[in-house]
Amino acid sequence: MTFAGGRAASAPLMGRESEPTLFELSVPGRRAFQLRTTGVPERSLHELIPVEHLNDEVVDVAEVSERDLVAHFTRLSHRQFSVDLGMYPLGSCTMKYNPKFCDAVAADPGLNGVHPGTPATLCQGWLALLATLEERLCAITGMSAATLQPAAGAAGELTGLLLMRAYHESRGDVRTRVLIPDSAHGTNPASVTLGGYEVTTIPSNDRGLVDLAALKSALGPDVAGIMLTNPNTVGLFEEEITEIATAVHDVGGLLYYDGANLNAIVGVVRPGDMGFDIVHMNLHKTFATPHGGGGPGAGPVAVAARLAPFLPGPKATRVDGRYDWVTPEHSIGRVHGWHGNAMVLARALAYIEVHGGDGLTRVAQHAVLNANWLRHRLRDLLPAAYDRVNMHECTLSASNLKAAYGVKGLDVAKALLEEGFHAPTVYFPLIVDEALMFEPTETESLQTLEALAQALERIVERAHVDPEGLRQAPKTTPVSRVDEALAARRLRPTADAR
Amino acid sequence: MADYLPHTEDEVASMLAFLGMSSFEDLFAHIPAAVRLAGGFDLPPGVSEPDVAARFARYTSANAATLAKLSCFAGGGAYDHEVPPVVRALGSRSEFVTAYTPYQPEVAQGVLQAIYEYQTLVARLSGLPIPNASLYDAATGLVEALNMAGGATGRTKMVISAGVHPHWRAVAATFAKGTGHELVIAPLRDGETDWGAVDASGAAAVVAAYPNYLGVIEDLSIAKALAVREGALFVVGADPVAAGVLKTAGQWGADVFIGEGQPFGTALSFGGPYLGLFACTEEQVRRLPGRIVGETLDAEGRRAFVTTLRAREQDIRREKATSNICSNQTLMAVTAAIQLGWLGTQGLREIATRCAQGAHFLYDELLTINGVHAVSSRPFFREFAISLPTNASETLLAMADEGVLGGLAISALTGGDDPSLELDVDRVLLVTVTERRTLEEIEHYVNVMRKVVHS
Repeated sequence: MTFAGGRAASAPLMGRESEPTLFELSVPGRRAFQLRTTGVPERSLHELIPVEHLNDEVVDVAEVSERDLVAHFTRLSHRQFSVDLGMYPLGSCTMKYNPKFCDAVAADPGLNGVHPGTPATLCQGWLALLATLEERLCAITGMSAATLQPAAGAAGELTGLLLMRAYHESRGDVRTRVLIPDSAHGTNPASVTLGGYEVTTIPSNDRGLVDLAALKSALGPDVAGIMLTNPNTVGLFEEEITEIATAVHDVGGLLYYDGANLNAIVGVVRPGDMGFDIVHMNLHKTFATPHGGGGPGAGPVAVAARLAPFLPGPKATRVDGRYDWVTPEHSIGRVHGWHGNAMVLARALAYIEVHGGDGLTRVAQHAVLNANWLRHRLRDLLPAAYDRVNMHECTLSASNLKAAYGVKGLDVAKALLEEGFHAPTVYFPLIVDEALMFEPTETESLQTLEALAQALERIVERAHVDPEGLRQAPKTTPVSRVDEALAARRLRPTADAR
Repeated sequence: MADYLPHTEDEVASMLAFLGMSSFEDLFAHIPAAVRLAGGFDLPPGVSEPDVAARFARYTSANAATLAKLSCFAGGGAYDHEVPPVVRALGSRSEFVTAYTPYQPEVAQGVLQAIYEYQTLVARLSGLPIPNASLYDAATGLVEALNMAGGATGRTKMVISAGVHPHWRAVAATFAKGTGHELVIAPLRDGETDWGAVDASGAAAVVAAYPNYLGVIEDLSIAKALAVREGALFVVGADPVAAGVLKTAGQWGADVFIGEGQPFGTALSFGGPYLGLFACTEEQVRRLPGRIVGETLDAEGRRAFVTTLRAREQDIRREKATSNICSNQTLMAVTAAIQLGWLGTQGLREIATRCAQGAHFLYDELLTINGVHAVSSRPFFREFAISLPTNASETLLAMADEGVLGGLAISALTGGDDPSLELDVDRVLLVTVTERRTLEEIEHYVNVMRKVVHS
């Protein structure tokens, strides 16, 4: 049996030479652009703009033909791994297949050809779309109202913390600390600082979960709230969530749900039913909007009814049979220059509508099935950090390989690139030694999972016979391991830096 | 019932059996029953793609103001520029669209090199040497610039021109509630910032816009001198298209450049995703927010690119990070590099020139209409504010009936009155002309305006 699946080893993702930069391809006088004939009378800039504003130097861009432009960026695209090319089992990142249909929706000029400052009367379709998405996201999370403005998960986190702050302040309640488990994503503590709070780190117990006793001892009247990811970043469900929620609420704190791992629970558990007050969602994870090489994302924040008056505004709201922009009564204000990453929001709504409630539930079921199958399949190869039923991702450890052969988790990850797979997330969460976190997602087939397992078998075998080779991997990729120290020591962020 | 799941029923059964389970329920048995969702979602059932497309057709048809239906004279940070098929084709290549953050440089050279080229272009357009790999939008750029200034000076007072886009200022005010920054807004007089009207002593940042949101190009040497006097960082929010003809932020002495990169290859998109441009001086490199790509070598001595200076970032530095940003707007940054490659040196200059020519032509024509006045006597680049004898919002609706999106009502941008403006804002309209507007469209605009304000 041939396990082709999502393995990209057949792709010509290689080349012995580097691609010239756009600037190296540039030839003075060459051009690609063509503009409309407008008939607008030409006038000298000196007649229009005072000379002290005019740049007497020409800003050098690059001068290439259209053919060279196409060749250059097409070749660059061939030096890039992507979901469309093969499996991307990056834990915590939910790199599932991005339906082309959703891209087609976003490419419709009836949506993307609308100026964001258009009077509401003239863009009722957009407002209806946004209001519908808000409704859907509230139903999915079990919350009462939402803002669609935050442009990514981290922006959602900070928005949520400012909501927390506004809520407490409205009650004349001064609070200074936010609790975060030691397994949390780095954005959590960074957002807490920007929200004007201090971080108190809560240790995990030996089951990989929040240590409830430690949590309780950290609680007090100065605690504004807690930020939790559930399932957590190890891929395990916080089974004592009700106890956690009660304890935090008992001291007047709020519960913030980091939606990074929402894909594991859609249709199974709702954050609102677990006691969370504020929820951000990463639409580029759970709702399959493409990651774009690092963005754009979208990080809507949904809240319980008591926090709704503080939401950012304006919001698309149904008023007297039509839609208008309405700012909530005690709004914290804008968190985006316009209405959020609207084209990402449209894609996510399309994805939600295709799946419906039933389809979204299957998404979580299959995502969790795949991650558990993979953990169990690899149990003798790379043991799980916590060997029991996990959710949508499994955290394995290469500590045995490190001890036996001096082969680290990073080496396994790099060798996987040679095998035609993207690497898993390495060295995160921080609480697991030599962590390799795999999140296969629901859109990878059984054949792909098996191909991944077999690739890991070959790598572990290689650790036994050729550990030095593994430490040099990958060799068949566009470049081999890069000198990160050199990049930092001799910073060259532009072609002009020398 | 629709989804994108590959497993057959037999495969699901075999996978569950491999785990010693008989149903999906067994996978979730460890979740306390008290929190489980009973009875499923309150959502409509799933339907096929064509069925969803039919639903979305209702949204698109309810948008009266699309580029296909109205000729667009609205700007205010979102511009209708030419985006040719070649840029759309390259920018929608799925290798760029469906990639993740380039954490594994061996298989991410495509995105990394494209970002490096983007960074080079941002540095040239801004006149500052240290760009980052993008922020969400220009408003976030302002927030990050203020945070950088706070970090650099240990101070909290931020002196900001009222000429900075009202939405950017609004976003900065929201996030200042967390950082404790005090925003001091310097008002506009005749469309120019009156820096003397505010107490700038002990400022961390002096923030100017070029052009400002009313379109006026201000002499930034006064703001620069103020920043130097106070030991503050000088932050310039500039229209990157203007760099085709106007002085760069760096030439005005900026320490930090912020800007909205949407004009380079991104459709109007109802406001997002856009592209936050950011660059700073070498002195501030350790405080740079977000990712930065640097050139290096691989183990075989070949040129390679990698994200660098990572110790500033949230996943490593956690609560001491320079910013919380993780996902950014890489795809828009890659698209901007492609669009600028298409425009080239001549094309950038050409569109900037055409914007200025079209805007000045329309301005001259509009001022011939009885009751239409300039809001400022100062020079402008590609957009300008006029006061009307009528309510601007109502005028816009009437103009839309004649096929014209006539601009932006200032009152809608400011969310009502703006105390920093000495204007009756309800009558003020912000009008923009890009290189895509023809003489015929401009003349039609003038005729429609004349008819509407005197009907």
